[in-house]
Amino acid sequence: MQYKDYYKIMDVPKNATQDEIKRAHRKLARKYHPDVSKEVNAEQKFKEVGEAYEVLKDPQKRAAYDRIGGEWQHGQSFTPPPDWGAGFEFSSKTFTGGDSSGFSEFFESLFGKTRPSAFHRTDNRKFFTQSNDQYSKLLIDLEESYKGVTRSISLQVPEINKDGAIVHKLHTLRVKIPKGVISGQRIRLAAQGGGGERGRHGDLFLEITLRQHRLFKVDGRDVFLELPTTPWEAALGTTLKVPTLGGQVELKIPAGSQSGNKLRLKGRGLPSKEPGNQYVVIKVLIPRAENEEQKVFYENMAELFPVNLRSEIEGYKDG
Amino acid sequence: MAKEIEICTCLVMDETIRLTLLELCDLGKTNAEWILELVDEGVLEPEGSAVDEWLFDTNALKRLQMVQRLQNDLRVNLPGTALALDLLEEIEALKAQIIRQ
Repeated sequence: MQYKDYYKIMDVPKNATQDEIKRAHRKLARKYHPDVSKEVNAEQKFKEVGEAYEVLKDPQKRAAYDRIGGEWQHGQSFTPPPDWGAGFEFSSKTFTGGDSSGFSEFFESLFGKTRPSAFHRTDNRKFFTQSNDQYSKLLIDLEESYKGVTRSISLQVPEINKDGAIVHKLHTLRVKIPKGVISGQRIRLAAQGGGGERGRHGDLFLEITLRQHRLFKVDGRDVFLELPTTPWEAALGTTLKVPTLGGQVELKIPAGSQSGNKLRLKGRGLPSKEPGNQYVVIKVLIPRAENEEQKVFYENMAELFPVNLRSEIEGYKDG
Repeated sequence: MAKEIEICTCLVMDETIRLTLLELCDLGKTNAEWILELVDEGVLEPEGSAVDEWLFDTNALKRLQMVQRLQNDLRVNLPGTALALDLLEEIEALKAQIIRQ
């Protein structure tokens, strides 16, 4: 078991006042809230902050925690002293605030496991059922979305044992993810969330995030690919092989193409009843003139193409 | 002990799904009264005019659950939550716009 430095987690000095602790908690809770923060470990941080606050906001728990001593380092291996808890009164009954399920082993060794029923805050009265839904994020590759994939997912699911205490069980699910899922979309697994008080299980919601791809960018079900071409390929037109999620295709580049032009490969995006498209974005790259012959060639081009591309810019006069 | 279970009931909450008020209550583990409040506040925008004709998309469920969590965890009131949701969605839209360019 690892020692947790609650002051470090809350980023407050050891002599912080209760008001300072409260302010630090509000700030960090907003920063790491899993709905707001896009950091990968936001949920873990949010829980850590909640756990730290649960201890530091309560003068009795804080005093008991302080008594362990400040010599411990955050993350250091820890065993509670044998006289731990003597002279302090805190049973699980003192919990009035947060749902402590998901608190660390360190917390539980000091303050015990808590009962879930102490969960009634004033602003929560409107929900007539205590929700046991669980939320998790799932990072998958673009190719996996295109083809569909089966993934093993391990979750710590809180369950209530026969003594009424919350225990965390490792729950491994094999989830078959259908093809065509997109970022932000959620998959619902009915009754695979936490155990309810009266036996009703919550649902598990998995929110999909597509991992950034080396070549393709994705917007909804549409896939974008940047295609570098030479000036002569763009000017004269040609047929080029381009990769799509479903394999290589031949794409006709029309004569007179310009950088930024988008060519649509209908239905070559992510699959669905109405599949997305792949858009190929032309990017004309100019080869460098490396030797004399090539330089002369560019000079000849200047004579051959007497165009002015800057007439609009030159037409602008100050004032 | 880890137990291995093969999942058969897995539902992708895509844009083709529509939920009635009752279904939304059931999935969101909440009551109709509160959903009416969310509609009044403009947090949820159902299709259809009469309450018994209302249809919600799956984004409504996501928003509803975010409201529950933001209110519980951060003690944000309803108008504040509505503002936060709108701003979060705007950020998402802007990110998508960057990709398209």
